[in-house]
Amino acid sequence: MRDFVRTLIHRREAGIFAMLLLITALVGTMEPRFLTLETARIVALAIPLILIAAMGQMMVLVARHVDLSIGSIMAFSSIIAGMMFRDLPDLPIMAGVVVAIALGTGLGLVNGLLVVIFKLPSIIVTLGTLSLYRGLVFLVSDARQVDPQFIPRSLISLSQTSPVFGIPWLVIIALAVAVATYLFLDHTRLGRQIYALGSNPVAAPLRGIKVVRVTLLVFALSGALSGLAGVLYASRFGYVNPGITGVGFEFTVIAAVVVGGVSINGGVGTVLGTVLGVLLLGLVSVALPVLGVSAFWQDVFNGAVIVLALLIDRTVRERSTRALAQARSSG
Amino acid sequence: MSDTTQARPEQKPALSSHEAAAPRPLWQVVLIRPEVMTLVLLFVAFGVATWLSPFFADTTFILESATFYVEFALIALVLTLIIISGEIDLSPAAMMAFSACVFAALFKAGVPIGVAMGASVATGALMGAFNGVLVLWFKLPSIIVTIGTLTLYRGLAQVLAGDRSISGFPSWFIGIDWKYWFGVPIPVVFFVLVAIVLGVFLALTVTGRQIYQIGTSPEAAWHAGIRVRRIKMSLFVLLGVTSSVAGMLTASRLASVRYDMATGGELQMVLMVMLGGTYIFGGRGSIAGTFLAAWLLIVIATGMNVANIPITSQLIVMGLLLIVSIVATNAIYARTQR
Repeated sequence: MRDFVRTLIHRREAGIFAMLLLITALVGTMEPRFLTLETARIVALAIPLILIAAMGQMMVLVARHVDLSIGSIMAFSSIIAGMMFRDLPDLPIMAGVVVAIALGTGLGLVNGLLVVIFKLPSIIVTLGTLSLYRGLVFLVSDARQVDPQFIPRSLISLSQTSPVFGIPWLVIIALAVAVATYLFLDHTRLGRQIYALGSNPVAAPLRGIKVVRVTLLVFALSGALSGLAGVLYASRFGYVNPGITGVGFEFTVIAAVVVGGVSINGGVGTVLGTVLGVLLLGLVSVALPVLGVSAFWQDVFNGAVIVLALLIDRTVRERSTRALAQARSSG
Repeated sequence: MSDTTQARPEQKPALSSHEAAAPRPLWQVVLIRPEVMTLVLLFVAFGVATWLSPFFADTTFILESATFYVEFALIALVLTLIIISGEIDLSPAAMMAFSACVFAALFKAGVPIGVAMGASVATGALMGAFNGVLVLWFKLPSIIVTIGTLTLYRGLAQVLAGDRSISGFPSWFIGIDWKYWFGVPIPVVFFVLVAIVLGVFLALTVTGRQIYQIGTSPEAAWHAGIRVRRIKMSLFVLLGVTSSVAGMLTASRLASVRYDMATGGELQMVLMVMLGGTYIFGGRGSIAGTFLAAWLLIVIATGMNVANIPITSQLIVMGLLLIVSIVATNAIYARTQR
């Protein structure tokens, strides 16, 4: 029992959860109307896109890479799906969703191929494709927005109607993605191989892990999930704009993921932690205006949170290395 | 036949195992330098641009267009030193924005303009130092930490300036890109001077050479008594100061300051350094390369403008160039690394 409590306290997720409660309590005392179902609903609608993309980014980070191009991938899938809805009004929604996911997968694969073929650092490759894909968005759309009247009602209703307990479809889809990611990462051989690759890229191939395949997989998954987030962007906001959709999205997602305890050194990270990290950022984004703080502080908070999370991550890693060394010398 | 068999025994002693391999001929040493690739590309780009539009080959026109890019190019020069030393900084565009916002906000608050400029430079130095402390004292990887500080600094700029643009600067401050020294816009003169100073510093001074050594092997450099931390810290601070100067140049050119100044500029800065043949993993590179690459980018961007290629499609070209230039540089270094 004591061990169980100790593990619970030392788990990173417990810390984030405590912070979530603390923020809710603090903001709630200062402004009681924060503690309502309405707040929960706003938070719930603020996070699904981030949550979906965060699942992909988390897998990329666990494999010791990073994907900066997700905002542009999201915009590309979103604009193509939007243009399809505009130009082919009879198109079923599912077709748009499938195309968006397929395009995202394709662009993600391009990232992965560049990384594995040329052995380049993924951060520089995806900085390049961030610009490249954004340029493609402007090119295919002729720099024109897809206006609200062209987004199908049934797609928009995904973020407004709900099948159960008043939880919007959008949130249910995001949670389903999170559960699927958990099952994949924790209960399949391939999922565990991502962790193995990230914790030790040198040892991984020696243990029979197909490094190229796993690397391509995480980039493709990140792209696919960004593609899904793209078509849901059209649902959530009701328009797609080549110069607005997904700009700066990567920084929000990376902030959420590192806050959730995913290590940038690879091999460490859980779905639960990432979900809590996304929740924390979403909660703060809703709490700021309630407290009368300008929304401009959001980016300051995100940036500070990335730096802080990196510092915590390093401290934790140092402590565990030291503990390991001690255990070795005494045992 | 008989000639060759007879010649063999006489050649053998020359190939004794005690002697080193013959040095590469000078022309090969020069040709395989990545800067040569940049120079060739510069000529090609210039040729294509002239072919696309007869109006292009006009020195005044190119120099005027250059004022738009030298702000990033100025930062790219210092960034070259940082990348050679084995680190990277993705936050200078955000540092430009925040330090320019500090300058503009102070000026609006009635602070004398000189003091406001000083405060802006100090802010730049502080931001650079903050990056440096996180990377050097807390040993966080610079590439990811500066993504955090880039969000942070941009956010601070937004908090300070809101979403309005600040203008109303005195007339002598505005339009530095339209003032000339010897027929060249002042920002361009400034860029050339800084390039010369940094080029000499990197190539000819002891500290400059130590930067290469740090980038090649930080541990060996430390054991050799090089003050790794002090040098890297100075570089980060210098980058902050340069970003602040670039921010004020931009403020002068646009006659206004907004929090979203130079958004996405980090891509072009890194692109200039990479195109100039600086090795992404540190230890190799030169100021001459970045200098040439900056002009290459100016020619490409201006050429596309003249050819009526929309600025948004230029994003594609920039992204492609970044990837191609790293691949090419890596390939060149892989071939020469024996």
